[in-house]
Amino acid sequence: MKLLKLVPEDTNIRFLRWRMPFYVVSLILIAASWALVATKGLNYGVDFAGGQEIRATFTQSEEAPIAELREQIGALGYGEPVIQRFGAPNEVSIRVRLPDEVAGDKGAAQRIANRIVSTIRAGHPDFRLDGNDNVSGKVSGEFREKAIYALLAAMLAIAIYIWVRFEWQFGVGALFALFHDVSLTLGMFALFQLEFSLQIIAAILAIIGYSLNDTIVVYDRIRENLKKYRRMPIAELLDLSVNETLARTVMTSLTLLIALLPLLFFGPASLFGLTICIVLGIFVGTYSSIYMAAPILIWLKVTSDSFVPSESEVERQERLARERG
Amino acid sequence: MLEFPTWKRIWLCGLTLVAVAAALPSLFSLANMPWPRSLPEPMVNLGLDLAGGSHILLEADPAQVRAQRLENMEESVRARLRNAEPRIRIGDISSSGGKLAFIVRDTAQVDAAREEVLPLTYGAGLTGQRDWTIEVVDENRFVLTPRPEGLEQAVTLAMDSATEVVRKRIDELGTREPTIIRQGDERIVVQVPGLDDPAALKALLGQTAKLEFKLVDVTASPSDIAQGIAPPGSEIVPYADPASEGVAAIAVRRLGGIKGDSLTDAKQTYEQQTNEPVVSITFDQQGGAKFAKLTSENVNRPFAIILDDKVLSAPNINEPILGGSAQISGRFTVESANQLAISLRSGALPVDLTVIEERTVGPDLGADSIRKGLLAMGIGSLLVIALMIAVYGRFGIYATAALVLNVLMILGVMALLNNTMTLPGIAGLVLTIGAAVDANVLINERIREERKKGRRVVAAVENGYKEASRAIYDANVTNFIAGVLLFLFGSGPVRGFAVVLIIGLFTSVFTAVTLTRMWVAGWLRKARPSDITV
Repeated sequence: MKLLKLVPEDTNIRFLRWRMPFYVVSLILIAASWALVATKGLNYGVDFAGGQEIRATFTQSEEAPIAELREQIGALGYGEPVIQRFGAPNEVSIRVRLPDEVAGDKGAAQRIANRIVSTIRAGHPDFRLDGNDNVSGKVSGEFREKAIYALLAAMLAIAIYIWVRFEWQFGVGALFALFHDVSLTLGMFALFQLEFSLQIIAAILAIIGYSLNDTIVVYDRIRENLKKYRRMPIAELLDLSVNETLARTVMTSLTLLIALLPLLFFGPASLFGLTICIVLGIFVGTYSSIYMAAPILIWLKVTSDSFVPSESEVERQERLARERG
Repeated sequence: MLEFPTWKRIWLCGLTLVAVAAALPSLFSLANMPWPRSLPEPMVNLGLDLAGGSHILLEADPAQVRAQRLENMEESVRARLRNAEPRIRIGDISSSGGKLAFIVRDTAQVDAAREEVLPLTYGAGLTGQRDWTIEVVDENRFVLTPRPEGLEQAVTLAMDSATEVVRKRIDELGTREPTIIRQGDERIVVQVPGLDDPAALKALLGQTAKLEFKLVDVTASPSDIAQGIAPPGSEIVPYADPASEGVAAIAVRRLGGIKGDSLTDAKQTYEQQTNEPVVSITFDQQGGAKFAKLTSENVNRPFAIILDDKVLSAPNINEPILGGSAQISGRFTVESANQLAISLRSGALPVDLTVIEERTVGPDLGADSIRKGLLAMGIGSLLVIALMIAVYGRFGIYATAALVLNVLMILGVMALLNNTMTLPGIAGLVLTIGAAVDANVLINERIREERKKGRRVVAAVENGYKEASRAIYDANVTNFIAGVLLFLFGSGPVRGFAVVLIIGLFTSVFTAVTLTRMWVAGWLRKARPSDITV
């Protein structure tokens, strides 16, 4: 049986030749991302901003009366509602952010939600409440805090582990690659003003996990090659390691992509944000392992002396056989 | 590496079987098939975001417990000193700054007063711990200060009984399988699956149902009331429905009323003449006696029926009510009367609860999510299987089998641990599946490389597993560390992600590395191939 080969054998692409331009571009992108987050801000969903997100179906209508709803809810005086189609044409999601004046009043979100629901119900008898997320200012503040702590703690612990298992340069590199991934994801959310919710935090965590996996695979090969080819120039050695793991990188990314794309096209609307975030993250994560995590090792001056040369059991037996024979 | 003694093989197969068997009840229920009743059924719970239902987070205000305690203390002190032999007169009572202060009019009685008050300051427990400290300043001024331990205990007790009341009320609604959990010091989580509209539930939980009967202070002038000035010993209480009463508030005597916590029953009925919905209540013996006393002493005077600090109505006492039952009127609808009856039956909440977070997913949306999610995952799985087999041939088949077992084992372990699968959990599942695929890709690519270097089949496979294992190990340990930290620091949804991730890392290493190695080893031993296509 002839097997499919996604990547030709013995590739020798000099990835790291373009490391400088890529690094410059990436650093600019990271800076731009944070600038976007600072200026445009993240479009916080109700999890982080407080307020309510109501999902509803107008069962007897072809299409949801979005313009009419916008007017009716806007007239209640809680600010401009965000009303979007959510799934079928007669399904909508209505998002109203908690007004700043009542951020400290923990009962306010609930009262506002009740008022909005009863207003819509009065005007549209075919209104069916499919879902309601309703978060007070107090809880949303806690969510923000906890999400940041969890992300920071996880990233730091990862860096420490890699430092212990590899060398400190690798820890820095892995951490920087993660920083790159998180920054670009946040920048993307700020640029397109996509809704940033707790689900997206879960997606970012998945991206971090995936990117890290990728980085470790490349690093592991670098470590191995550093022990094996003790005189090879570092840039060449990194290129060799990336090339050697290229087939695996392509195969794994492709597998994940084809597992995720159906979820994007046929999956439930509630999973769309999460899925698209992970799909984008696969590209960003793969890129960062090659162009962010690896070149940093050159600048941090990793050398073969950082590692004791090694010989596997099989290699030892082969060497003994050679010596005997 | 490729040695698998029989005992080890039995062990591995047994472990796999147990985990997969534990996943079966969940799969059966997902496919809407009956699971035999006689068998144990560990279940993966579906989170409310998938199954539909309401998640409601309630928070109490401890300041209220403090205020209530202060008020109770004031009443006890007054009663105690009034009934003392000889009577001890006190005055200038204030309860500002969380402390209760009063003066004993006759300085000669200070010591006697201390004797009387002292027993009131002990906690309810058997430990004999003092809940309040007594200070006497300026000769005759008593200051009672609550101790923090006592306050803390009071809040805990209030929350315990609030949780009980919440449970009773939800049971009255007849919803199936509610989950009611205390969270932290001041919060209660209520989860009710499969509810169309939780409005009734929320209204029920938001109602404190503190019922009081207090005498109306007829001496207060309407203009004073309008300005919020109450005569001494009275307080201004607003009407629940000022528009239809014509006045905004009335003055009632602060003390000497009856609390509605001594009821044995409450139900919605109709007032006989007007056919208006009312709530009829029945007092227990003690409450009935008090109520009879109050009504017989105050015939032809109005008394106010107060619910949660709002006056429902203020009828005249036409005759003494001796039977121990009464009717509460207050412009109810049948629905609101019924709701009040439930609240009164289950007892008042010892503290107000506010809904600070609500997440409701309608059952249709939940079912739709699951159906579409399963369809998408099915298509995705088929594509992945096709790709793996096309690229790795026999080794791809092993990898796919491992992948399927991996998902089953994750479900099985989750079922055994009684975990909940949520939407973020699905993200975790995707990540672990990715990790499992990656492990096999790493191994197979490595075997390819080793073959290319000219190693013989067994050596190539052995070295492939060995060399790839290092990266797999490191990647999984880092993700595991991240998962544990996320679980420790994260909030609900992040935890849902972390749980699946942590379980999935173990099962994916087990299936993708250990099990495939056992299968490959078995095949190599039996077929002894001189060449392999990988």
